[in-house]
Amino acid sequence: MKKDEVPQDKSNLESANFKELCYAVDENGEYTTVNSSGWDPKTIALDNAIQEINARVEDAKKRVLDNQTSPIEYFMELHKMDVNILSSYVKIWKWRVKRHFKPRVFKKLSDKTLQKYADVFEISIEQLKNIEYGD
Amino acid sequence: MEIKFTHHQSAHCENGVVSNLMKHNGFNVSEPMVFGIGSGLLFCYIPLLMVNHAPAITYRAMPGFIFKRFAKRVGIKIKREKFKDPKKAKARLDENLKNNNPVGLQVGVYNLVYFPDEYRFHFNAHNLVVYGKENDTYLISDPVMETVTTLTEKQLEKVRFAKGAFAPKGHIYYPTDFPNELKLESAIKKGIKQTCREMLAPMPIVGVKGIRTIAKLIRKWPKKKGVKVANHYLGQIVRMQEEIGTGGGGFRYIFAAFLQESSKVLNNEKLAELSKEMTQIGDLWRDFAVDASRIYKNRGTKVDGYNDIATQLEVIADKEEVFFKKLKKAI
Repeated sequence: MKKDEVPQDKSNLESANFKELCYAVDENGEYTTVNSSGWDPKTIALDNAIQEINARVEDAKKRVLDNQTSPIEYFMELHKMDVNILSSYVKIWKWRVKRHFKPRVFKKLSDKTLQKYADVFEISIEQLKNIEYGD
Repeated sequence: MEIKFTHHQSAHCENGVVSNLMKHNGFNVSEPMVFGIGSGLLFCYIPLLMVNHAPAITYRAMPGFIFKRFAKRVGIKIKREKFKDPKKAKARLDENLKNNNPVGLQVGVYNLVYFPDEYRFHFNAHNLVVYGKENDTYLISDPVMETVTTLTEKQLEKVRFAKGAFAPKGHIYYPTDFPNELKLESAIKKGIKQTCREMLAPMPIVGVKGIRTIAKLIRKWPKKKGVKVANHYLGQIVRMQEEIGTGGGGFRYIFAAFLQESSKVLNNEKLAELSKEMTQIGDLWRDFAVDASRIYKNRGTKVDGYNDIATQLEVIADKEEVFFKKLKKAI
Protein backbone atom coordinates (compact mmCIF):
# COMPACT_ATOMS: atom_id res chain seq x y z
CA MET A 1 0.00 0.00 0.00
CA LYS A 2 1.39 3.39 -1.00
CA LYS A 3 1.15 6.43 1.21
CA ASP A 4 -1.51 8.05 -0.95
CA GLU A 5 -3.53 4.83 -1.07
CA VAL A 6 -4.15 4.80 2.67
CA PRO A 7 -7.95 4.88 2.87
CA GLN A 8 -9.52 8.11 4.05
CA ASP A 9 -13.18 7.08 4.04
CA LYS A 10 -15.83 8.30 6.41
CA SER A 11 -16.28 5.97 9.38
CA ASN A 12 -17.51 5.68 12.94
CA LEU A 13 -14.05 6.68 14.17
CA GLU A 14 -15.11 10.24 13.49
CA SER A 15 -17.60 10.23 16.34
CA ALA A 16 -14.75 9.68 18.81
CA ASN A 17 -12.63 12.14 16.93
CA PHE A 18 -9.65 9.93 16.26
CA LYS A 19 -7.79 8.50 13.33
CA GLU A 20 -6.00 5.21 13.24
CA LEU A 21 -2.39 4.77 12.26
CA CYS A 22 -1.39 2.72 9.23
CA TYR A 23 1.90 1.62 7.73
CA ALA A 24 2.44 2.48 4.07
CA VAL A 25 5.26 2.99 1.59
CA ASP A 26 6.41 6.49 0.54
CA GLU A 27 7.73 7.65 -2.87
CA ASN A 28 11.16 6.15 -2.19
CA GLY A 29 9.80 2.78 -1.16
CA GLU A 30 10.47 3.44 2.53
CA TYR A 31 7.88 2.47 5.13
CA THR A 32 6.28 5.31 7.03
CA THR A 33 3.10 5.86 9.05
CA VAL A 34 -0.03 7.64 7.89
CA ASN A 35 -3.26 8.40 9.75
CA SER A 36 -6.43 7.00 8.27
CA SER A 37 -9.94 8.21 8.95
CA GLY A 38 -11.43 4.82 8.11
CA TRP A 39 -12.03 2.35 5.33
CA ASP A 40 -15.36 1.45 3.72
CA PRO A 41 -15.01 -2.36 3.66
CA LYS A 42 -14.36 -2.28 7.38
CA THR A 43 -17.13 0.22 8.10
CA ILE A 44 -19.57 -1.97 6.19
CA ALA A 45 -18.46 -5.05 8.12
CA LEU A 46 -18.92 -3.19 11.37
CA ASP A 47 -22.30 -1.79 10.37
CA ASN A 48 -23.46 -5.25 9.40
CA ALA A 49 -22.33 -6.64 12.74
CA ILE A 50 -24.24 -3.90 14.54
CA GLN A 51 -27.37 -4.49 12.48
CA GLU A 52 -27.03 -8.15 13.30
CA ILE A 53 -26.94 -7.36 17.01
CA ASN A 54 -29.91 -5.00 16.74
CA ALA A 55 -31.88 -7.73 15.00
CA ARG A 56 -30.99 -10.17 17.79
CA VAL A 57 -32.10 -7.65 20.40
CA GLU A 58 -35.39 -7.05 18.61
CA ASP A 59 -35.99 -10.75 18.25
CA ALA A 60 -35.26 -11.36 21.92
CA LYS A 61 -37.61 -8.55 22.87
CA LYS A 62 -40.39 -10.05 20.81
CA ARG A 63 -39.89 -13.41 22.44
CA VAL A 64 -39.96 -11.87 25.91
CA LEU A 65 -43.27 -10.18 25.10
CA ASP A 66 -44.58 -13.49 23.73
CA ASN A 67 -43.54 -15.09 26.99
CA GLN A 68 -41.12 -17.43 25.24
CA THR A 69 -38.01 -16.25 27.05
CA SER A 70 -37.08 -14.15 30.07
CA PRO A 71 -35.81 -10.56 30.07
CA ILE A 72 -32.37 -11.92 30.97
CA GLU A 73 -31.88 -13.06 27.40
CA TYR A 74 -33.01 -9.67 26.12
CA PHE A 75 -30.55 -7.77 28.30
CA MET A 76 -27.82 -10.22 27.41
CA GLU A 77 -28.29 -9.44 23.71
CA LEU A 78 -28.57 -5.73 24.47
CA HIS A 79 -25.12 -5.89 26.05
CA LYS A 80 -23.70 -7.72 23.02
CA MET A 81 -23.08 -10.80 25.18
CA ASP A 82 -23.56 -14.49 24.60
CA VAL A 83 -24.31 -17.15 27.23
CA ASN A 84 -20.60 -17.79 27.79
CA ILE A 85 -19.83 -14.18 28.57
CA LEU A 86 -22.93 -13.61 30.67
CA SER A 87 -22.26 -16.76 32.64
CA SER A 88 -18.74 -15.61 33.53
CA TYR A 89 -19.95 -12.13 34.53
CA VAL A 90 -22.71 -13.33 36.85
CA LYS A 91 -20.63 -16.29 38.03
CA ILE A 92 -23.48 -18.71 37.43
CA TRP A 93 -23.06 -21.91 35.48
CA LYS A 94 -24.05 -21.78 31.84
CA TRP A 95 -26.76 -24.40 32.13
CA ARG A 96 -28.34 -22.46 34.97
CA VAL A 97 -28.21 -19.21 33.01
CA LYS A 98 -29.93 -20.95 30.13
CA ARG A 99 -32.53 -22.27 32.53
CA HIS A 100 -33.14 -18.73 33.78
CA PHE A 101 -34.17 -17.86 30.23
CA LYS A 102 -37.38 -19.81 30.82
CA PRO A 103 -40.12 -17.39 31.89
CA ARG A 104 -41.48 -19.98 34.31
CA VAL A 105 -38.10 -20.29 36.06
CA PHE A 106 -37.38 -16.56 35.88
CA LYS A 107 -40.55 -15.75 37.82
CA LYS A 108 -39.40 -17.87 40.72
CA LEU A 109 -35.84 -16.51 40.92
CA SER A 110 -34.78 -15.16 44.28
CA ASP A 111 -33.94 -11.49 44.66
CA LYS A 112 -30.36 -12.49 45.33
CA THR A 113 -30.02 -14.13 41.95
CA LEU A 114 -31.90 -11.36 40.20
CA GLN A 115 -29.59 -8.83 41.82
CA LYS A 116 -26.59 -10.61 40.30
CA TYR A 117 -28.02 -10.15 36.83
CA ALA A 118 -29.16 -6.61 37.55
CA ASP A 119 -25.65 -5.67 38.72
CA VAL A 120 -24.07 -6.98 35.54
CA PHE A 121 -26.57 -5.11 33.37
CA GLU A 122 -26.28 -2.06 35.66
CA ILE A 123 -30.02 -1.77 36.24
CA SER A 124 -32.39 -2.35 39.16
CA ILE A 125 -34.36 -5.54 39.73
CA GLU A 126 -37.55 -3.70 38.75
CA GLN A 127 -35.97 -2.67 35.48
CA LEU A 128 -34.77 -6.21 34.91
CA LYS A 129 -38.29 -7.47 35.25
CA ASN A 130 -39.61 -4.87 32.84
CA ILE A 131 -37.79 -4.84 29.53
CA GLU A 132 -39.33 -1.57 28.34
CA TYR A 133 -36.48 0.04 30.25
CA GLY A 134 -34.00 -1.08 27.64
CA ASP A 135 -35.38 1.44 25.16
CA MET B 1 1.23 12.15 40.37
CA GLU B 2 2.23 12.02 36.76
CA ILE B 3 5.16 10.17 35.29
CA LYS B 4 6.89 11.88 32.39
CA PHE B 5 5.82 9.57 29.60
CA THR B 6 5.76 10.25 25.88
CA HIS B 7 2.76 8.91 24.03
CA HIS B 8 3.38 7.62 20.52
CA GLN B 9 0.41 6.45 18.51
CA SER B 10 0.82 3.00 17.04
CA ALA B 11 -1.11 0.81 14.65
CA HIS B 12 -1.65 -2.04 17.05
CA CYS B 13 -2.07 -2.03 20.81
CA GLU B 14 0.34 -4.65 22.13
CA ASN B 15 3.29 -3.64 19.92
CA GLY B 16 2.52 -0.05 20.76
CA VAL B 17 2.58 -0.59 24.51
CA VAL B 18 5.88 -2.47 24.33
CA SER B 19 7.44 0.06 21.99
CA ASN B 20 6.29 2.97 24.17
CA LEU B 21 7.53 1.33 27.37
CA MET B 22 10.89 0.62 25.72
CA LYS B 23 11.20 4.20 24.51
CA HIS B 24 10.35 5.40 28.01
CA ASN B 25 13.29 3.39 29.30
CA GLY B 26 15.67 4.84 26.75
CA PHE B 27 15.63 2.18 24.03
CA ASN B 28 14.40 3.41 20.69
CA VAL B 29 12.56 0.36 19.41
CA SER B 30 9.95 0.85 16.70
CA GLU B 31 6.55 -0.79 16.63
CA PRO B 32 7.32 -3.04 13.61
CA MET B 33 10.52 -4.17 15.38
CA VAL B 34 8.52 -5.32 18.40
CA PHE B 35 5.98 -7.01 16.16
CA GLY B 36 8.61 -8.83 14.10
CA ILE B 37 10.90 -9.90 16.93
CA GLY B 38 7.89 -11.05 18.93
CA SER B 39 6.72 -13.11 15.92
CA GLY B 40 3.41 -11.29 15.92
CA LEU B 41 2.37 -12.30 12.42
CA LEU B 42 0.17 -15.35 12.23
CA PHE B 43 -2.89 -16.83 10.71
CA CYS B 44 -4.90 -19.12 12.90
CA TYR B 45 -8.39 -20.49 12.76
CA ILE B 46 -9.64 -21.56 16.17
CA PRO B 47 -12.26 -24.26 15.63
CA LEU B 48 -15.20 -24.48 18.04
CA LEU B 49 -14.58 -21.06 19.56
CA MET B 50 -17.24 -18.58 18.46
CA VAL B 51 -16.62 -14.85 18.76
CA ASN B 52 -19.65 -12.61 18.21
CA HIS B 53 -21.54 -15.65 16.94
CA ALA B 54 -19.00 -16.36 14.20
CA PRO B 55 -15.89 -18.55 13.82
CA ALA B 56 -12.77 -17.16 15.45
CA ILE B 57 -9.85 -16.29 13.23
CA THR B 58 -6.78 -14.39 14.25
CA TYR B 59 -4.09 -12.72 12.18
CA ARG B 60 -1.68 -12.28 15.04
CA ALA B 61 -0.14 -14.06 18.01
CA MET B 62 -2.05 -14.64 21.22
CA PRO B 63 -2.31 -11.65 23.56
CA GLY B 64 0.82 -11.33 25.65
CA PHE B 65 2.97 -13.57 23.48
CA ILE B 66 4.50 -10.77 21.45
CA PHE B 67 5.92 -9.05 24.53
CA LYS B 68 7.02 -12.31 26.10
CA ARG B 69 8.99 -13.40 23.05
CA PHE B 70 10.34 -9.92 22.42
CA ALA B 71 11.63 -9.67 25.99
CA LYS B 72 13.28 -13.05 25.88
CA ARG B 73 14.93 -12.43 22.54
CA VAL B 74 16.40 -8.98 23.21
CA GLY B 75 17.35 -9.87 26.77
CA ILE B 76 15.08 -7.76 28.95
CA LYS B 77 13.20 -9.08 31.94
CA ILE B 78 9.51 -8.49 32.43
CA LYS B 79 7.30 -8.88 35.43
CA ARG B 80 3.69 -9.85 34.88
CA GLU B 81 0.92 -10.59 37.31
CA LYS B 82 -2.73 -11.53 37.27
CA PHE B 83 -5.13 -11.12 40.15
CA LYS B 84 -8.29 -12.61 41.55
CA ASP B 85 -8.97 -9.69 43.81
CA PRO B 86 -9.56 -6.29 42.14
CA LYS B 87 -8.36 -4.52 45.31
CA LYS B 88 -4.96 -6.19 45.15
CA ALA B 89 -4.76 -5.44 41.44
CA LYS B 90 -5.39 -1.78 42.15
CA ALA B 91 -2.88 -1.69 45.01
CA ARG B 92 -0.16 -3.13 42.80
CA LEU B 93 -0.91 -0.60 40.07
CA ASP B 94 -0.80 2.35 42.51
CA GLU B 95 2.42 1.05 44.03
CA ASN B 96 4.10 1.05 40.61
CA LEU B 97 2.87 4.50 39.76
CA LYS B 98 4.23 5.75 43.09
CA ASN B 99 7.61 4.29 42.11
CA ASN B 100 7.52 6.25 38.87
CA ASN B 101 7.02 3.12 36.84
CA PRO B 102 4.53 3.27 33.96
CA VAL B 103 2.92 -0.14 33.42
CA GLY B 104 1.14 -2.04 30.67
CA LEU B 105 -2.33 -3.42 31.31
CA GLN B 106 -4.45 -5.93 29.42
CA VAL B 107 -8.06 -4.77 29.31
CA GLY B 108 -11.45 -5.56 27.81
CA VAL B 109 -12.78 -3.20 25.17
CA TYR B 110 -16.50 -3.37 25.96
CA ASN B 111 -16.40 -0.88 28.82
CA LEU B 112 -13.64 1.30 27.44
CA VAL B 113 -15.57 4.57 27.46
CA TYR B 114 -13.31 6.57 25.15
CA PHE B 115 -13.74 4.11 22.27
CA PRO B 116 -16.45 4.80 19.69
CA ASP B 117 -19.58 2.83 20.65
CA GLU B 118 -19.43 0.77 17.48
CA TYR B 119 -16.04 -0.59 18.47
CA ARG B 120 -17.05 -1.70 21.92
CA PHE B 121 -17.41 -5.46 21.71
CA HIS B 122 -16.52 -8.11 24.26
CA PHE B 123 -12.94 -8.31 23.11
CA ASN B 124 -10.47 -8.79 25.94
CA ALA B 125 -7.05 -8.54 24.38
CA HIS B 126 -6.57 -4.81 24.28
CA ASN B 127 -3.49 -3.19 25.85
CA LEU B 128 -2.74 0.24 27.26
CA VAL B 129 -0.26 2.04 29.50
CA VAL B 130 -1.08 3.78 32.78
CA TYR B 131 1.41 6.56 33.45
CA GLY B 132 -0.05 8.40 36.40
CA LYS B 133 -2.91 9.15 38.72
CA GLU B 134 -4.54 12.37 39.74
CA ASN B 135 -6.96 12.02 42.65
CA ASP B 136 -9.03 9.04 41.55
CA THR B 137 -8.41 9.41 37.83
CA TYR B 138 -5.80 7.37 36.03
CA LEU B 139 -3.78 8.85 33.18
CA ILE B 140 -3.96 6.50 30.23
CA SER B 141 -1.81 6.21 27.13
CA ASP B 142 -3.74 3.97 24.76
CA PRO B 143 -1.42 3.37 21.82
CA VAL B 144 -4.13 3.21 19.17
CA MET B 145 -5.46 6.64 20.18
CA GLU B 146 -3.92 9.80 18.81
CA THR B 147 -3.58 11.43 22.22
CA VAL B 148 -3.56 10.42 25.88
CA THR B 149 -6.79 10.01 27.81
CA THR B 150 -8.08 9.22 31.32
CA LEU B 151 -10.20 6.65 33.15
CA THR B 152 -11.66 6.82 36.65
CA GLU B 153 -10.79 4.16 39.22
CA LYS B 154 -14.13 2.47 38.67
CA GLN B 155 -13.89 2.54 34.89
CA LEU B 156 -10.40 1.08 34.97
CA GLU B 157 -11.37 -1.69 37.37
CA LYS B 158 -14.21 -2.66 35.07
CA VAL B 159 -12.04 -3.05 31.99
CA ARG B 160 -9.28 -4.81 33.93
CA PHE B 161 -11.77 -7.38 35.18
CA ALA B 162 -13.75 -7.88 32.01
CA LYS B 163 -15.01 -11.44 31.60
CA GLY B 164 -15.29 -13.91 28.75
CA ALA B 165 -12.68 -15.39 26.40
CA PHE B 166 -9.11 -14.26 27.28
CA ALA B 167 -10.34 -12.50 30.43
CA PRO B 168 -7.54 -10.12 31.50
CA LYS B 169 -7.87 -10.82 35.26
CA GLY B 170 -6.20 -7.54 36.06
CA HIS B 171 -3.14 -8.52 34.03
CA ILE B 172 -0.34 -6.01 34.67
CA TYR B 173 3.15 -6.09 33.11
CA TYR B 174 6.29 -4.00 32.91
CA PRO B 175 9.98 -4.41 32.08
CA THR B 176 12.20 -4.69 35.14
CA ASP B 177 15.71 -5.30 33.94
CA PHE B 178 17.56 -4.15 30.85
CA PRO B 179 20.86 -5.22 29.30
CA ASN B 180 23.41 -2.53 28.37
CA GLU B 181 22.65 -3.09 24.75
CA LEU B 182 19.77 -4.89 23.07
CA LYS B 183 20.72 -8.00 21.11
CA LEU B 184 18.80 -6.96 18.03
CA GLU B 185 20.55 -9.05 15.37
CA SER B 186 20.02 -12.45 16.92
CA ALA B 187 16.56 -11.42 18.12
CA ILE B 188 15.46 -10.49 14.60
CA LYS B 189 16.64 -13.84 13.25
CA LYS B 190 14.84 -15.75 15.97
CA GLY B 191 11.67 -13.77 15.39
CA ILE B 192 11.70 -14.38 11.65
CA LYS B 193 12.47 -18.07 12.06
CA GLN B 194 9.52 -18.62 14.34
CA THR B 195 7.14 -16.72 12.06
CA CYS B 196 8.27 -18.87 9.12
CA ARG B 197 7.87 -22.02 11.18
CA GLU B 198 4.36 -21.10 12.25
CA MET B 199 3.17 -19.92 8.86
CA LEU B 200 4.44 -23.13 7.26
CA ALA B 201 3.30 -25.41 10.09
CA PRO B 202 1.91 -28.75 8.95
CA MET B 203 -1.42 -28.19 10.69
CA PRO B 204 -4.70 -27.49 8.96
CA ILE B 205 -5.64 -24.57 11.21
CA VAL B 206 -2.39 -22.59 11.34
CA GLY B 207 -0.56 -20.45 8.81
CA VAL B 208 -0.78 -21.05 5.09
CA LYS B 209 -2.73 -24.27 5.60
CA GLY B 210 -5.15 -22.43 7.87
CA ILE B 211 -5.82 -19.89 5.12
CA ARG B 212 -6.64 -22.77 2.75
CA THR B 213 -8.97 -24.31 5.33
CA ILE B 214 -10.87 -21.03 5.63
CA ALA B 215 -11.09 -20.78 1.84
CA LYS B 216 -12.69 -24.22 1.79
CA LEU B 217 -15.13 -23.26 4.52
CA ILE B 218 -16.11 -20.08 2.67
CA ARG B 219 -17.11 -22.18 -0.32
CA LYS B 220 -19.33 -24.31 1.88
CA TRP B 221 -20.95 -21.61 4.01
CA PRO B 222 -23.66 -20.31 1.65
CA LYS B 223 -25.03 -23.80 1.09
CA LYS B 224 -24.52 -25.16 4.57
CA LYS B 225 -25.39 -22.14 6.70
CA GLY B 226 -27.54 -20.03 4.40
CA VAL B 227 -26.64 -16.70 2.88
CA LYS B 228 -27.42 -14.62 5.94
CA VAL B 229 -25.10 -16.51 8.26
CA ALA B 230 -22.45 -16.84 5.54
CA ASN B 231 -22.42 -13.06 5.11
CA HIS B 232 -22.14 -12.54 8.84
CA TYR B 233 -19.19 -14.95 9.03
CA LEU B 234 -17.51 -13.21 6.11
CA GLY B 235 -17.96 -9.86 7.79
CA GLN B 236 -16.27 -11.23 10.89
CA ILE B 237 -13.26 -12.45 8.90
CA VAL B 238 -12.80 -8.96 7.50
CA ARG B 239 -13.27 -7.38 10.91
CA MET B 240 -10.56 -9.54 12.44
CA GLN B 241 -8.25 -8.75 9.55
CA GLU B 242 -9.17 -5.15 10.12
CA GLU B 243 -8.56 -4.88 13.81
CA ILE B 244 -7.77 -1.22 14.32
CA GLY B 245 -4.69 -0.07 12.43
CA THR B 246 -3.80 -2.93 10.13
CA GLY B 247 -4.52 -0.75 7.09
CA GLY B 248 -6.39 -3.57 5.43
CA GLY B 249 -3.52 -5.98 5.11
CA GLY B 250 -4.10 -8.02 8.24
CA PHE B 251 -0.77 -6.98 9.81
CA ARG B 252 1.12 -7.73 6.59
CA TYR B 253 2.21 -4.12 6.18
CA ILE B 254 3.61 -3.93 9.70
CA PHE B 255 5.55 -7.10 8.99
CA ALA B 256 6.85 -5.64 5.71
CA ALA B 257 7.98 -2.53 7.61
CA PHE B 258 9.78 -4.82 10.04
CA LEU B 259 11.60 -6.63 7.21
CA GLN B 260 12.67 -3.32 5.73
CA GLU B 261 14.07 -2.10 9.03
CA SER B 262 15.74 -5.47 9.64
CA SER B 263 17.46 -5.45 6.26
CA LYS B 264 19.33 -2.34 7.43
CA VAL B 265 20.19 -3.76 10.84
CA LEU B 266 21.44 -7.05 9.40
CA ASN B 267 22.84 -5.57 6.20
CA ASN B 268 20.81 -8.06 4.24
CA GLU B 269 19.56 -6.87 0.86
CA LYS B 270 17.34 -9.90 0.46
CA LEU B 271 15.12 -8.81 3.33
CA ALA B 272 14.50 -5.46 1.61
CA GLU B 273 13.37 -7.33 -1.50
CA LEU B 274 11.14 -9.61 0.55
CA SER B 275 9.66 -6.58 2.28
CA LYS B 276 8.42 -5.39 -1.11
CA GLU B 277 6.95 -8.79 -1.79
CA MET B 278 5.15 -8.79 1.57
CA THR B 279 3.72 -5.36 0.76
CA GLN B 280 2.23 -6.83 -2.40
CA ILE B 281 0.75 -9.72 -0.45
CA GLY B 282 -0.74 -7.15 1.94
CA ASP B 283 -2.34 -5.47 -1.08
CA LEU B 284 -3.90 -8.81 -2.02
CA TRP B 285 -5.41 -9.10 1.47
CA ARG B 286 -6.83 -5.64 0.98
CA ASP B 287 -8.38 -6.63 -2.34
CA PHE B 288 -9.86 -9.66 -0.63
CA ALA B 289 -11.47 -7.45 2.02
CA VAL B 290 -12.88 -5.12 -0.65
CA ASP B 291 -14.43 -7.99 -2.61
CA ALA B 292 -15.73 -9.71 0.50
CA SER B 293 -17.33 -6.47 1.67
CA ARG B 294 -19.08 -6.21 -1.69
CA ILE B 295 -20.74 -9.56 -1.07
CA TYR B 296 -22.08 -8.78 2.37
CA LYS B 297 -22.98 -5.22 1.45
CA ASN B 298 -25.22 -6.27 -1.42
CA ARG B 299 -26.36 -9.30 0.52
CA GLY B 300 -25.53 -11.08 -2.72
CA THR B 301 -27.07 -14.46 -3.13
CA LYS B 302 -24.75 -15.59 -5.88
CA VAL B 303 -22.68 -18.56 -4.81
CA ASP B 304 -20.13 -17.41 -7.40
CA GLY B 305 -19.12 -14.50 -5.20
CA TYR B 306 -18.11 -16.83 -2.40
CA ASN B 307 -16.17 -19.06 -4.77
CA ASP B 308 -14.34 -16.05 -6.16
CA ILE B 309 -13.12 -14.78 -2.84
CA ALA B 310 -12.23 -18.29 -1.73
CA THR B 311 -10.04 -18.52 -4.81
CA GLN B 312 -8.50 -15.18 -3.90
CA LEU B 313 -7.60 -16.58 -0.48
CA GLU B 314 -6.04 -19.64 -2.05
CA VAL B 315 -3.89 -17.43 -4.26
CA ILE B 316 -2.78 -15.54 -1.15
CA ALA B 317 -2.00 -18.82 0.60
CA ASP B 318 0.15 -19.96 -2.34
CA LYS B 319 2.02 -16.66 -2.41
CA GLU B 320 2.61 -16.69 1.32
CA GLU B 321 3.87 -20.25 1.17
CA VAL B 322 6.47 -19.30 -1.45
CA PHE B 323 7.26 -16.14 0.48
CA PHE B 324 7.93 -17.76 3.84
CA LYS B 325 10.05 -20.48 2.27
CA LYS B 326 12.20 -17.78 0.70
CA LEU B 327 12.33 -15.81 3.93
CA LYS B 328 13.49 -18.87 5.83
CA LYS B 329 16.43 -19.24 3.46
CA ALA B 330 17.25 -15.52 3.48
CA ILE B 331 18.43 -15.47 7.09
